Amino acid sequence: MSEQVLTYREALRAGIEQALIDDDRVFLMGEDVGCYGGCYGVSKGLLERYGEHKIIDTPLCESGFVGVGVGAALGGMRPIIEVMTVNFSLLAMDQIVNSAATLRHMSGGQVNVPLVIRMACGAGLQLAAQHSHSWENFYAHIPGLKVLSPATHTDAKHMLIQALADPDPVVIFEHVMLLNTRGDVLENSEVSMEKALVRQQGTDVSLITYGGSLHKALSAAKQLKKLNISAEVLDLRCLRPLDTKAIVASVTKTHRAIIIDEAWLTGSLAGEISAIIMEQAFWHLDAPVKRLCTVEVPIPYPSHLEQAALPQVEQIVTAAQNIMVAR
Amino acid sequence: MKHKLHLDRTYLLAQLKKMLRIRHFEEKCAELYAQEKIRGFLHLYIGEEAIAVGVMSTLCAKDNIVATYREHGHALARGLSMKSILAEMYGRTNGCSRGRGGSMHLFDKSQHFYGGNAIVGGGLPLAVGLAMANKKQEQQALTVCFFGEGAVAEGEFHEAMNLAVLWQLPVLFICENNRYAMGTALALSESETNIAKKASSYGMTAVQVDGMNVVDIEAASSKAVDQIRETNKPYFLECQSYRFRGHSSFDGQLYRDKAEVKLWQEQGPVIRLITWLKDNNRLEDKEISSIEAEIKDEIQAAITFAEQGEWEPISDLTKDVYSPAVSSTNTSQGEQS
Repeated sequence: MSEQVLTYREALRAGIEQALIDDDRVFLMGEDVGCYGGCYGVSKGLLERYGEHKIIDTPLCESGFVGVGVGAALGGMRPIIEVMTVNFSLLAMDQIVNSAATLRHMSGGQVNVPLVIRMACGAGLQLAAQHSHSWENFYAHIPGLKVLSPATHTDAKHMLIQALADPDPVVIFEHVMLLNTRGDVLENSEVSMEKALVRQQGTDVSLITYGGSLHKALSAAKQLKKLNISAEVLDLRCLRPLDTKAIVASVTKTHRAIIIDEAWLTGSLAGEISAIIMEQAFWHLDAPVKRLCTVEVPIPYPSHLEQAALPQVEQIVTAAQNIMVAR
Repeated sequence: MKHKLHLDRTYLLAQLKKMLRIRHFEEKCAELYAQEKIRGFLHLYIGEEAIAVGVMSTLCAKDNIVATYREHGHALARGLSMKSILAEMYGRTNGCSRGRGGSMHLFDKSQHFYGGNAIVGGGLPLAVGLAMANKKQEQQALTVCFFGEGAVAEGEFHEAMNLAVLWQLPVLFICENNRYAMGTALALSESETNIAKKASSYGMTAVQVDGMNVVDIEAASSKAVDQIRETNKPYFLECQSYRFRGHSSFDGQLYRDKAEVKLWQEQGPVIRLITWLKDNNRLEDKEISSIEAEIKDEIQAAITFAEQGEWEPISDLTKDVYSPAVSSTNTSQGEQS
């Protein structure tokens, strides 16, 4: 299969461009997506190529323009709404939770909301407490939404296209630390956006993760190999619905699980995944499930403190070593 | 196509019947609520009938409607059947939203009736989005958004006003100013109590109209609709009205005097039209009786229909949280026919 090497940012842009070309109903709308080229440069050049009819700059009114996206989707369009970052999405939460997620069920199945909402997320750029959030779990809590976390370059491009083909609202999280990284982008991807993927096969311990933490888990797996520990890395990809089968299959094979999740520990997806393992794979476990999450503190500005708050490769390695001896 | 105003006797009698139909339906709903046939919240439209009837009279079948949780009157005036509305309030599958939404969430896609929104102000951006879809697809339809004056204090109101004018979208904003946001009087919630003035600051035509006069409402709405169809720009109507009943079924109405309510009731939309018709020798009591008898029969038929409705099986509880998996390419229900 043919492939090209792109940055994550370019892969996202390639997905948006393909969607714009393939479907006349698609448009991109959000703060600074046009003239500025996107806060993180994702939509750079698109306004010039596709025009202001398709690339729409909005005022700063998250609830307003997300609600407009919901209405436009009801009216037959296929909007891609960029809410610059998850941090600002709280201002649009009413429209996402009370409108987009409810309308189909509440109307007895009469209407649906084919809307894609993209937002940057995560910490690591020293942007301090108000610009470093990981709230995938908030959205993954809501029936009626689908929640994606593309961690690879191929997924950055193709999950967006699949999300647009979906008849229901899909929220996509794009981790800021991935934007500048380069990677292979397959021209076609047949894998469903709702499937988790084993990124590294292993037999001793499952490292279950998503988004910005995938690469930390893969690095840890490499180091663990040198220590004769065979770690399997499971990339969840879709956080709602969770691919429960894949989680159970991996743990059934390895008998040990470490969940790496950049959210705060309390009420995290890591807790949810841990519960799934207890309910469905408890008798396969050789050790208690371990969660590696962000320290429960507003993310501080100085790099050393920020890094100390986030899950790190060394912690994963240590946790894996400990879980191997636990009985 | 310009909307033509009719003011002949037959037409005004028909308008009176539409208002009475809402009035008596709502009165029956209050009774059925007391009997615990209807549960949850119940927000009655009594006193505000002229607005829904007047505005709906000026719309086309393809125009979109976004309403509030006080939307029985809008739904009836739009043409949803009384049966399907009442069955919805009974929570039965023969209701207009399969019983899923209840009183506050009436939907009918075939009538372009997009709810039934129970978050104050939440419907405003939605209406702007529907108008955007119409404009992008070059459909000659407009979107009407009903909301109360309480919504004017919400951020979403201002965001929606700004976007509709900024992007020149065909929306008719209908502010139903019934003077109380639940129990908070207009003067206690707005720095500028002239809502139309506030809206006009966004750069659109915004006018106040007597919300108790069905003819005035229709005339104002007709003018608005014509202008929107001609210019594709938004338009704002503030209808000054009053709700005769409490905010919902749980309202002790401690925030207003009975004398004030009585004063407004005396100039209510139904009594006013009846008085005018009688004063002009155009209405006899027996005509009213005959209209009311018809309405009574319709309400009784709706009750029978609702009571015969099926309960949705619990096995269908999670149906329609998501679209069926196979439908990803062929049932794009967001599309308009």
